[in-house]
Amino acid sequence: MDTFQQTLFKLKRYWDERGAIIQEPYDVEVGAGTMCPETFLRVLGPKPYRVAYVQPSRRPADGRYGENPNRLYKHQQLQVILKPSPDDVLDQYLGSLEAIGIDLAKHDIKFEEDNWESPTLGAWGIGWQVMLDGLEITQFTYFQQCGGIDLELVPAEITYGLERLTAFLQGVESVYDIQWTRGVKYADVRLADEQQFSVYNFEMANVDRLWRLLGEHEAECKELLAKYDAEKDPVKKSRFPVLPTYDQVLKCSNLFNLLDARGAISVTERVGVIKRVRDLAVGTARIWADQQGGAAA
Amino acid sequence: MSLDFLLEIGTEEIPHWMIPGALAQLAKMDLFGAAPEVDATPRRLVVRAKGLPERTPDQEQVVKGPPVSAGEKAAAGFAKKQGVELSAMTKVGDYYELRKQVPGRAVLDLLAESLPQTILGLQWPKTMFWTGGKTGPRFIRPIRWIVALLGADVIPFAIAGVKSGSVTKGHRKLGSSSIAVTTVNYESELRKNFVILSSEERRRKIETEVGALGAKFDHELLETLTFITEYPTAIKGGFDPAYLALPAEVLTMVMRHHQKYFSVESEPGKLAPHFVAVMNTSGDPEGLVQRGNERVLKARFNDARFFFDVDQQKTLVDRVPDLAHVTFQAKLGSYLEKTNRVVTLVEELGGNAHARRAALLCKCDLPTEMVKEFTDLQGIVGGLYARHQGEPEEVARAIYDHYKPLSMEDSIPSTHEGQILALADKLDTLRGCFAIGLIPSGSKDPFALRRAAQGVVKILAEGGSALALELLLEVASTAQVQTVRPPSQSDTLVATGIVGGGLPLPDRQLKEFLLDRIKYYFREIRGYKYDEVNAVLASGCGTLADVEARLTALAAVRPTENFEPLAASFKRISNILKQAAFDPSTVLDDALFEEAAESDLHIEFERVRTMARGASYQKALEAVASLRPKVDTFFDTVLVNAKDERVRINRLTLLHNLLTEFSTIADFSEIVTSGDTK
Repeated sequence: MDTFQQTLFKLKRYWDERGAIIQEPYDVEVGAGTMCPETFLRVLGPKPYRVAYVQPSRRPADGRYGENPNRLYKHQQLQVILKPSPDDVLDQYLGSLEAIGIDLAKHDIKFEEDNWESPTLGAWGIGWQVMLDGLEITQFTYFQQCGGIDLELVPAEITYGLERLTAFLQGVESVYDIQWTRGVKYADVRLADEQQFSVYNFEMANVDRLWRLLGEHEAECKELLAKYDAEKDPVKKSRFPVLPTYDQVLKCSNLFNLLDARGAISVTERVGVIKRVRDLAVGTARIWADQQGGAAA
Repeated sequence: MSLDFLLEIGTEEIPHWMIPGALAQLAKMDLFGAAPEVDATPRRLVVRAKGLPERTPDQEQVVKGPPVSAGEKAAAGFAKKQGVELSAMTKVGDYYELRKQVPGRAVLDLLAESLPQTILGLQWPKTMFWTGGKTGPRFIRPIRWIVALLGADVIPFAIAGVKSGSVTKGHRKLGSSSIAVTTVNYESELRKNFVILSSEERRRKIETEVGALGAKFDHELLETLTFITEYPTAIKGGFDPAYLALPAEVLTMVMRHHQKYFSVESEPGKLAPHFVAVMNTSGDPEGLVQRGNERVLKARFNDARFFFDVDQQKTLVDRVPDLAHVTFQAKLGSYLEKTNRVVTLVEELGGNAHARRAALLCKCDLPTEMVKEFTDLQGIVGGLYARHQGEPEEVARAIYDHYKPLSMEDSIPSTHEGQILALADKLDTLRGCFAIGLIPSGSKDPFALRRAAQGVVKILAEGGSALALELLLEVASTAQVQTVRPPSQSDTLVATGIVGGGLPLPDRQLKEFLLDRIKYYFREIRGYKYDEVNAVLASGCGTLADVEARLTALAAVRPTENFEPLAASFKRISNILKQAAFDPSTVLDDALFEEAAESDLHIEFERVRTMARGASYQKALEAVASLRPKVDTFFDTVLVNAKDERVRINRLTLLHNLLTEFSTIADFSEIVTSGDTK
């Protein structure tokens, strides 16, 4: 039986063999691998790109104080982007399952409709949740739009839920019982995060300060967006800090999720705050595409 | 020679619920007179047909040329343009004419031209592009291969870079990914490669297997699984009986909606700790799939138990203030405001204390974790929690049932309290939406108002309610709705009835809307003829029980010999009165009768009137029908338009009295008789 990290090695090796850049996780808090610039920005524009990376993804509202065997505040996704998607993309994906030791002839695999949409990112796509013996192990999406921009080269996004997948492979009922490496369980590595962040996210995060921080990062982002638009010098424009602008979007998104977990956002406010974050994401996508287009010209 | 046709559009997995719609469109495909047979699995849409012609027939086309009077020069010019010699033209009457032979074309070529359009022209609820960006071809999922055969030949075309051919793919894991097929062996080759093409066969296979494993039949789930599998096989699994302590509705919902499992009952209404799953593969010899599914279900049930426990930390009644934060509709305010309106409505509709309590609590399950997770269980969760928290059974039951009936097939709430609450909830939604102009039109009905109205009608009719429609609308007037947004001036004009007469406009629209649903109900669900329904409702609505009683009587009397001729006479009377613009202010005067037929009819009228009063509707209608001979004689011998104005008015008065007196059960002029062209 492979350990958690051995399974990861195999998946990374598999996509390495298929020409993907193997990236390390992004170092700003995100709710999903999709939000990393390696996906959100790279899927825009005409340049082919293949990348795979593990992304620890924070969803404050999903925290369960480490007491639920299947729900985590922070879970790990293996995110694969194949841009453009190859014709045999589903076969390649199924091949990756075989590569980590799943004999698909002995299991039940189904592709069930599940279209993905992120209102905060102005992004959506068409796809499936992949069910293995009734367990959702992967979200598969053909992106159609990102940051409000229609995509020229439709990428396939394959998102593996690593805890679920390895719990399945190891036949354990709780993610905390997954063998991370020989003699070390998932709980040994991660349980403390789950307990402490649940307490913080649900009970202690200072709501007023979170709102202020959201405002600050939003202001920073808006200021940068405005400066980009005001910049006339093509050289300065080509080295304009678009990537730092996008970091501000990620900060806002994470703060929104924290406020949501704290129950600080009412239903009526919710739509408004989502729109604030989306405007930043869409704005940043626009200037990134513009900058890329300028560099190509 | 006639040829067989095969088209297989090979795709990535199509959402199950869209497949029947696509097949219905493909079944209308024009195949040169051959009948298309369609079928599908999630990965392939298939059209087959037998006996297509090799070529379309040659045809003669007549092209009109210049007039003979224009001379031969004009005709020669015309001939040149058409690419023929002048001698090919003939003079027909005053014009030149060209009879052109248009040769038929090979059906193979015609199909090669038309199939790409046919395929890409299929309508889907949502499509995607996958190659060539936004301007590229759109389909429901990427097309990966195409088999297109006419006889032994490939019909050549390409879509999205995929060339048509004669090679298909089998089951993703059990079959080959490259199978050469012919129109003859296509289906059997697929079967060898673990694809059952026939959806009917898959449906039967699932039904038989899940039945044998003791599953509770579920039509919708059966359809879903039929179109989510290429080779379905059922397996049985189990779960810890300790989970049976959770509400059965929750367990079933988890199994059915989240996992697409059939539930199993140990006896009717009692869940057993088992489930039946349908795999998309041929078997599970090592039990791996079963164990995997059992583990998933256990985790799901754990979640449900977590939600249940968390939700019990706050009772429903303590959640009432939380409803202020849940929006019902932007202009109509929060669910707290809706709750307050529904409580008042329940009171006005004569609801007892239990019904009022249920109204107060009925929306309190919306902010619970369980309903956030299982939206379809709204109401049901509220009812279960109310019972768990010690609310009286009447209250719990009313909450549990208050979204009923969910469809025309669904039953109405089982208790009086539940019926009153369901009525009030639906009426509040209806009047609120009508008051702010959210009126369904065509297929647009985002608030499911038709379903709400249909529910109101069904409850009124089947609950034996003593509430008359008119009274109901008075209580549930749109004018009672306080919108969050201050009404504009035009709203005020409408609400005060200044625009339009009688009821305020939204009330009239709502009444029309409900009347439509009432007609629909008695026609489609109860099976009365449309003209009978129109006739009865034209005489007023009242309670629906009364409407139904009058309908029953009318339907019973209608086949008797006097009825339809009398109905025709009543229509005649109604037309005569209309044409005469008769003003019914005059009192009948016996002394003005000139003909025997007049006084006979009058005497008969008085006799029938006495008989009909206090009689059952059927007896009354039978009595009215017995008027026919006298009415016939009247029209045979009496001229209504007498020269003497007073005699004429007197005759019109007699007819008018007759019509009004006997139109209280049904308006006979609405009955379509054999003499009508309608």
